[in-house]
Amino acid sequence: MEIPAAKDPVSAVREVFGDALLHVKEFRGELTIVVDAERIADVLDFLRGASGLVFNMLSDISAVDYYPNDYGDAFDGEESDYRPERFGVCYHILSMLYNRRLRVKAFAADEDPRLPTATVVWPAANWLEREIADMMGIVFEGHPDQRRLLMPEDWHGHPHRRDYPLGKETVAFSFNEAEIRKHKPFATD
Amino acid sequence: MAVATPPQSIEEQRRWEGNLDQLRGLVSERAITGETMLLNMGPHHPSTHGVLRLLLELDGEQIVSCLPDVGFLHTGIEKSLEDKSYEKALPLTDRMDYLSPMSNNMAYAAAVEKLLDLDVPERGQVIRVVCLELARCASHLVWLGTHAIDMGAMSVLLYAFRERERILGMFEMLSGQRMMSSYIRPGGVWRDVTDDFLPTIKQFLNDFPAKVDDYEALLTQNPIWKDRAQGVGVIEPDVALAYGLTGPALRGSGVNWDLRKAQPYSGYETYDFNVPLGEHGDVYDRYLIRIQEFRESMKILNQAVERLERVKGPYRSENRKYCPPLRSELGQSMEAVIHHFKLWTYGYDAPDDEIYNAIESPRGEIGCYIHGTGANKPRRVHFKTPSFIHISALPVMSKGYLLADMVAIIGSVDIVLGDCDR
Repeated sequence: MEIPAAKDPVSAVREVFGDALLHVKEFRGELTIVVDAERIADVLDFLRGASGLVFNMLSDISAVDYYPNDYGDAFDGEESDYRPERFGVCYHILSMLYNRRLRVKAFAADEDPRLPTATVVWPAANWLEREIADMMGIVFEGHPDQRRLLMPEDWHGHPHRRDYPLGKETVAFSFNEAEIRKHKPFATD
Repeated sequence: MAVATPPQSIEEQRRWEGNLDQLRGLVSERAITGETMLLNMGPHHPSTHGVLRLLLELDGEQIVSCLPDVGFLHTGIEKSLEDKSYEKALPLTDRMDYLSPMSNNMAYAAAVEKLLDLDVPERGQVIRVVCLELARCASHLVWLGTHAIDMGAMSVLLYAFRERERILGMFEMLSGQRMMSSYIRPGGVWRDVTDDFLPTIKQFLNDFPAKVDDYEALLTQNPIWKDRAQGVGVIEPDVALAYGLTGPALRGSGVNWDLRKAQPYSGYETYDFNVPLGEHGDVYDRYLIRIQEFRESMKILNQAVERLERVKGPYRSENRKYCPPLRSELGQSMEAVIHHFKLWTYGYDAPDDEIYNAIESPRGEIGCYIHGTGANKPRRVHFKTPSFIHISALPVMSKGYLLADMVAIIGSVDIVLGDCDR
């Protein structure tokens, strides 16, 4: 079977999605494309299936929080400085056929961060997105399982946000146990 | 296995129903009506390798659906890393996958090196390869022992741990620690190998192949083992790829993908070794692959030890902005004292940008995403760990098999819960 020649993912995405491709950068040989959050699932689906691209594997999804500074500013042209919103979600995808990686990034707003789910493209996205929803508080619309993954289901807040301090959990002693229990209805089950 | 006690009061009944309501859409409708049974396996079940809880929906003995519940070992390592300078964060990575800490060290160190654009001298790379392959053997030995004991073959564990002990002894020679080694560091390794290390590893390389034959004699053609393992937990290659499996779990389905070959790091491209592949994607093939990997690791180790004698020179980067000076320099050079002080108090700055770097751990691809801040602490560190991905694929691997097979399937994907929960 003949393998079709590898295509440049940037021009391929620009051709199909046009304005949805917001920004391109390269750092240490890693290519990053930033796309419109609403189109992210479509872009991933396209990158997975299109001939000459075939990013067949989802390696990782990780979210980064740009709080407290440098987000929302006007983009001044510096490579690393494209941060229109508070949360960045990076989809690290891998093409085994052409042996290359690509980072697709989408931004989500501070208020009510939402992204469409990628579980329709890769089932592997299921837990990776659940982890982000749990730890970063980004809602993935259409995700089949919206329960928390790592933290207890009665947990308040999202620990990986930058405004969530280390060591927030109050240690339960006999004098404050009742107060702590009040916030944890499931812990008594 | 503990069966949930039936509700004792109306209040409890309501709460129980409330919980069931949460599961709507995740288990079949028959479980809601009570036609099939919901069974908790774990978190304290001996075959769940730590603290994994599985909510199984059973039709008789057959698994209808499976909901893994993780997070019991969540220790907030990723969050803690944000509060530490790059060098000081390293010991925390040992504690993720505690059966192969060297691989975690390597994943983190290689990612930091990529972020800093830091090169590792050749001797450092060779020592790293020795450590990584020893770690692979040590991790596979624990897997072999526990997998066998889960399936009722008691004696293999004792043999496997006997050899693992020797590997841990070698780690102690290198780093002073048997398990939490923190030996591979950004820029190279902590220190050079000790004088007694080379004779010890040569003796080990001489003895070990015969031991692998012993394990195979106990299991490979054993009819009970084959009965339990063949045709169980089958995952097709395209499903395995869609679920993101890596490592032996993916190669068991016949997909030829090993990062040591495909995207070599630490000089793996210069070693001669094969990537064993399976055909059927079942428990037995995954077992055969790991047994073959012992032999391939031996091949790499033999070449690496030969190089270790030949290649001299520094074992960590000489870039003093990122790697501390040798102790011997401290008494003679003011510059060295300044660098030493700066590195162990403040650390170093890394660019305000992001990288993702992946290596092949014994369990599969362990990826490290680091986003710097421009200062000495990262904005975000995220580890993509193979156990996390593999546990998320357990439902699709176990569907339709018997409850007793679940134990075999969990064992065959080789999970470590510390690796999953981080």
